[in-house]
Amino acid sequence: MSGWVSLSGVTVRRRGRTILGPLDATLNGGGLTILMGPNGAGKTTLLRVLHGLERVNTGDVHWTDPKDADGRSQGFVFQTPVLMRRSVLDCIAYPLLLDGVSRTQAREQARAHAAEVGLTVNLDQAVTFLSGGEKQKMALARALMRRPRILFLDEPCANLDGRSVKEIEEILHRIKAGGTRILMSTHDMGQARRLADDVLFLHAGKLVEQSNGDDFFRSPRTAEAKAYLKGEILL
Amino acid sequence: MNSIGEGLWQAARLVATLNPDLVEITALSLRVSLGATVVASCIGLPLGAWLAVNRFPARRFVIAILNALMGLPPVVVGLIVYVLFSRSGPLGVLGLLFTPTAMVIAQVIIITPIIASVAHQAIRDLWADYHDLLISLQATRLQRIKTLLWDGRRALMTASLAGFGRAIGEVGAIMIVGGNIDHATRVLTTAIALETGKGEFDMALALGFVLIGLAILVNLGLHFISRTERGARW
Ligand SMILES: Nc1ncnc2c1ncn2[C@@H]1O[C@H](COP(=O)(O)OP(=O)(O)O)[C@@H](O)[C@H]1O
Ligand SMILES: [Mg+2]
Repeated sequence: MSGWVSLSGVTVRRRGRTILGPLDATLNGGGLTILMGPNGAGKTTLLRVLHGLERVNTGDVHWTDPKDADGRSQGFVFQTPVLMRRSVLDCIAYPLLLDGVSRTQAREQARAHAAEVGLTVNLDQAVTFLSGGEKQKMALARALMRRPRILFLDEPCANLDGRSVKEIEEILHRIKAGGTRILMSTHDMGQARRLADDVLFLHAGKLVEQSNGDDFFRSPRTAEAKAYLKGEILL
Repeated sequence: MNSIGEGLWQAARLVATLNPDLVEITALSLRVSLGATVVASCIGLPLGAWLAVNRFPARRFVIAILNALMGLPPVVVGLIVYVLFSRSGPLGVLGLLFTPTAMVIAQVIIITPIIASVAHQAIRDLWADYHDLLISLQATRLQRIKTLLWDGRRALMTASLAGFGRAIGEVGAIMIVGGNIDHATRVLTTAIALETGKGEFDMALALGFVLIGLAILVNLGLHFISRTERGARW
């Protein structure tokens, strides 16, 4: 089975503590992979390692297709959206400005992307005035501007109400259908059930279980995953 | 009390009649302080931004120096500039002592650390907010700096304003290096000191009110400029 990215012997140590790894894993197929695990499991760290935001202490990350390795072909949506001191439209347009696209053209495309993610607010207002769900959609639209081959999302629905969660999930389905690979962390079990093609279950910095979504929820193999799915608290 | 009322009255009269001496003194005050602010901003703003986004071994040391320089007594700065530019000093040949240029130089030394320090704090906070995004989007070093300077432009303007406020009200250094020479290096603050010394409190107060009015005007002007800027309302 050949995957699109594999990690071998990856560890991340911070302040004398190993917060991730040692980790060996290969991510397969397209679709939407959910990164699950309790708080502090290392989900954010793993996403950041894959996107090149976090330095690893040992091991390496190997991308099968060199095109995937380029950070510019990856989009990243942070758990807390990064708000630039600009209008909504200029925030979304920003990645294209970095690529040397003219401001007019970048804003035009940003408008299209805003519509794509269902962001129907006044795009000329400052981005801080948006609601939580709207900010997350802004971040999503911005991450899609370079038409990424891979999209990372770090608990994008952590602070959203049910309606916004539903909207975001619908958008993710559409993005996936468009051929973009998605790797998304969540500790919302219901969401994981609804979205996961594949699941990586992390606990205490280690990869405990990896399987396709149906198998994971129907018959988890490890004690940790069983306990987590039953709603027990993992320490 | 009476004296303050007199001062206000006289200030109003001097302004209304466009008293030539007042106009000359005010114009020089503005020229020197704005000149110093422009020069100090050209040095201080990039320096502050650079300190905010670059990690290098001597960074903490440079910031400590900057903070120490902020506390420099203007009189001492004036004295040092005086010695440097005096006839027998190392820069004496330039013949700048007792000219507005010398006053600008002294004020640049006084306000550059303030501007750099305020800019540093503002850009550092902005960088903390933007860091992950800019790294994620693979912005080049130059693009990062440009983005931070642009999005931080209001804070940077505030930094320059803080410098200007300090410069326009400063008296110790420019008195020493400028000499408060009539029709040559006399500015509002040194004129106030002179009038006060002569016991001409009404005139001193009048000049004082003009000085305050000027500072308020410049602040309002800059505020207005940044308010009416198009694009995002920040
Ligand atoms: N820069 C850091 N320095 C020290 N500890 C960190 C750092 N980043 C994360 N951690 C710790 O590493 C662990 C995993 O963090 P994280 O990847 O954010 O977990 P998750 O996203 O699954 O909640 C947590 O215990 C967290 O406190
Ligand atoms: Mg996390």
